Amino acid sequence: MTAFWSPSRIGLLVLAAVILALPLALPNKFYFNMAILIGLNAMVCVGLNLLIGYAGQISLGHAAFFALGAYASAVLSARLGWHPVLSMIVGVIAVSLLAFAVARPILKLKGHYLAMATLGLGIIISIVLNRELDLTGGPDGMPVPRIRFGDVRVRGEQTWYWIVGVALWLSVWLSLNLIESPLGRALRAVHGSEVAASTLGIDVAKTKSFVFVLSAAFASVAGSLTAHYLEFITPSEAGFLRSVEFVTMVVLGGMASTFGAVVGAAILTALPQALAAFHDYEHLVFGAILMATMILMPKGLVPTLGDLFRRRRQ
Amino acid sequence: MAQFLQFLFSGVTVGAIYALVALGFALIYNASHVINFAQGEFVMLGGLATFGFLGAGFPLPIAAALAILLTIVVGFALQRFAVEPARGATVVSIIIITIGASIFLRGGAQLVWGKDFHRIPAFTGEDPILIGGAALLPQSLWVIGMSAVVVVVLRWFFGSTLAGKAMLAVSHNRLAAELCGISVRRVLLLSFGLSGGLGALAGILIAPITLTSYQVGTMLGLKGFCAAIVGGLGSGPGAIVGGLVLGIAEAMSAGYISSAYKDAVAFVAILIVLIVMPGGIFGKKGTERV
Amino acid sequence: MFRKIALAALATASLGLLAQGAEAQAQRPIKIGSFLAITGGASFLGDPEAKTLRLYVETLNKMGGVNGRKLELVVYDSAGDAKQAAAFAKRLIEDDKVDLLIAGSTTGETMAVVPMVEQERIPFISLGGASVIVEPVKDRKHVFKTPHSDRLAVQKIYEDMKPRGITQVAILGGSGGFDQSCRKNAQELATIMGMKIVADETYAPTDSDITPQLTKIKNTAGVQGIVGCGFGAITAITAKNYKQLGMTTPFYFNHGVASKQFITGAAGGAEGMRLPAAALLVAAQLPDSDPQKAPGLAYAKAYMEAYKEDISTFGGHAYDALMLAVDAIKRAGGTDKAKVRDALEATKNFVGVDGIFTMSATDHNGLDSASFKMVEVKNNDWVLLK
Repeated sequence: MTAFWSPSRIGLLVLAAVILALPLALPNKFYFNMAILIGLNAMVCVGLNLLIGYAGQISLGHAAFFALGAYASAVLSARLGWHPVLSMIVGVIAVSLLAFAVARPILKLKGHYLAMATLGLGIIISIVLNRELDLTGGPDGMPVPRIRFGDVRVRGEQTWYWIVGVALWLSVWLSLNLIESPLGRALRAVHGSEVAASTLGIDVAKTKSFVFVLSAAFASVAGSLTAHYLEFITPSEAGFLRSVEFVTMVVLGGMASTFGAVVGAAILTALPQALAAFHDYEHLVFGAILMATMILMPKGLVPTLGDLFRRRRQ
Repeated sequence: MAQFLQFLFSGVTVGAIYALVALGFALIYNASHVINFAQGEFVMLGGLATFGFLGAGFPLPIAAALAILLTIVVGFALQRFAVEPARGATVVSIIIITIGASIFLRGGAQLVWGKDFHRIPAFTGEDPILIGGAALLPQSLWVIGMSAVVVVVLRWFFGSTLAGKAMLAVSHNRLAAELCGISVRRVLLLSFGLSGGLGALAGILIAPITLTSYQVGTMLGLKGFCAAIVGGLGSGPGAIVGGLVLGIAEAMSAGYISSAYKDAVAFVAILIVLIVMPGGIFGKKGTERV
Repeated sequence: MFRKIALAALATASLGLLAQGAEAQAQRPIKIGSFLAITGGASFLGDPEAKTLRLYVETLNKMGGVNGRKLELVVYDSAGDAKQAAAFAKRLIEDDKVDLLIAGSTTGETMAVVPMVEQERIPFISLGGASVIVEPVKDRKHVFKTPHSDRLAVQKIYEDMKPRGITQVAILGGSGGFDQSCRKNAQELATIMGMKIVADETYAPTDSDITPQLTKIKNTAGVQGIVGCGFGAITAITAKNYKQLGMTTPFYFNHGVASKQFITGAAGGAEGMRLPAAALLVAAQLPDSDPQKAPGLAYAKAYMEAYKEDISTFGGHAYDALMLAVDAIKRAGGTDKAKVRDALEATKNFVGVDGIFTMSATDHNGLDSASFKMVEVKNNDWVLLK
């Protein structure tokens, strides 16, 4: 019976409980807005965590996939008048195809060289989004129409909270299932040593590509949802700094920890708001917090806290 | 022809800047396998601190020396208080620490020197030298010249001094170096300090050309990182070649292809180089132990 | 007897308490919310804006506030990022419960917030540059802006070029929103005003060297004038490179360079360059009869005393926005959002440091071509051209 209540199942239950109970604690629309933005960032991080934490690869260009999903939704629904849900699905497919196309050549690289390649890819995409004024509205961005189903318009913090809440829970559920499947074990084998993994019969290139494409798809969906929620999108969403933010969220929360990715997203999304009171000292404090956290908890927050908890029990 | 030369001058000037930053990355990576994302901030500190000291009344050479000294101390501090405590952590975690450090340093710089951009006077004047119809700034010659001097000095340092050889030993095999009695801790401190000094020197050399402000470090750090990777991470000559390649690629793309897409073209070129040469231009072919 | 005294005492006490309550209500501070690009790539714009707002909220409070109420300023740093701007705007409206917004250093930050502002029906004075911020007016009922439309800047440049015999121009601009908007206006106005664009070069705001782009322009046949779009350090670098290449083609920048940092950074390269600038930049050279002279000089003096740096027209836009808001609140007799919005729209001939504003139901910017003066850089200073 104890095997049924594995840490993953408990975690999913806790997450569901938090999502259901949180609205009672949020005083106004601003806090709902924060929760929604955290949820959207967390979706990207859960996918990215599969790539960084489990497969042991690195991507410094993931914000580009996020932005492409967002712009696919924006452009298709604003300029071509397609239904937002259709635009999102087309966006995911397009981004996945792009990720698939670049995955094979890029994933042959290792370590810092892979980081550089993903960085370059991200920058190229962000430049294209920036320059193509007629299509994307250029650096000042473009407005995005609301989602509507007939006469029902999807808007307002309350509605979006539930949409993002469900989407996040599903992403976490999907990620956890993947990790505990044969594919997940293959991922960890690849992370440990690619040569050893291939001697075991694992198709290393295929495994890495699959995870890369999957994480890109997560990012794309999150991007599309963001675009329709904010009703506005700018090319800076594809920028290098955003990609670094996502990686920081994953590492801070704890690599190889799906819930760590969620926690990391929550902290780093809320921190600038919390530090706003420091005014001119904001960046100084932010940098200091980042350094201190990683020095004191190098494995990331959730794994370190998990270890502490486990040690306590013993 | 004059047009081509002008593009080339621009490319080589900017490329030499990238090369100096890339050298800083290579130094630290070699000694500790850490990518120091705060490298760009060393460059920023060099230029901005010099401006600050000039404002306090010091003549340019003293101001520059003080700025370099300050940045070396910052480099020591970064290693001692941020990187060393996280000794056993994964590479990615340490990278995040250096990212935190770069944000911290930027935040500190904006408090001390404000948000305006500033100018440092050129070392030997602003009048351009005309060569073959193209105009070259004397400061560019300083940048290129000093980069060459730095390369020679580093060569001598690594080849002929005990400290330099100790650093090389640590980069090849840390355990073996320790067994030989080399203080790895001291070598790491030295590598960060040296990298800081190098970055600061780069910042002072280029500030008359590119102006200095608390934000210049971000993009220069990024481009320096690209240059270091393209040249083959950890290789000194690779850093120089990588920097020049990147700078010239940018200038030629702007000149002959499209100025709007020049950065995109440069990155496409980098991607092609990496796919064809997965270890960078001068990269070593590593063996993977299973 | 005792009962009567007790009742009288109670009545007096109640009246006293009521009066206290009413006074407290009237003394509730006027909350002004702001999100600006204080750090980041647009800090060139946002930093003087924030400094100006802080300085003048303090000054106005020292002078007794507005309608007997103190002003309270809440400023957040959106760092030029549209997503952050939207989050802070939401915070200002929902959590800080501000009465109006004076915010948005860049067009991107402003546009991300417009739907929210229209929905919440809160008056919003933007400090962004592009005309799309207040057009079409029917969708921007609550949005106003104080910076001149960037379209006007280009128009002024072309108007100054034509008498000099310049009809063929090159455009040189960065990849940022401000620059791209300027470029778009330059292209559209060229067809209308009979100019021809023979070259168009772009750079990245973080570039170190613009000589390739300038060389291409130099070697393009028929370039009679250059229109530079941009702001920040890169414009000073452009001026330096221009001098390095020994170019003499008449060079016009748009109003993004209206700060002394541009001249000092250019190390003599800016000499002879022209730009359309607000009166504030050359306040001392205006004729005494010009109503903008006195407030401009006063602002420059106060800003210099407080921050030890020269003014820029960007800070001036923030000053104008604050003063316009205060004036509207006075005319509306309070901070009722609908009344303040109407009062803003009814602004007539309001003298600001960067222009004289006359708003209307079809114009939420309120400035015309006369609010821009053509200025030339001479002897490392701004000189007003007649």
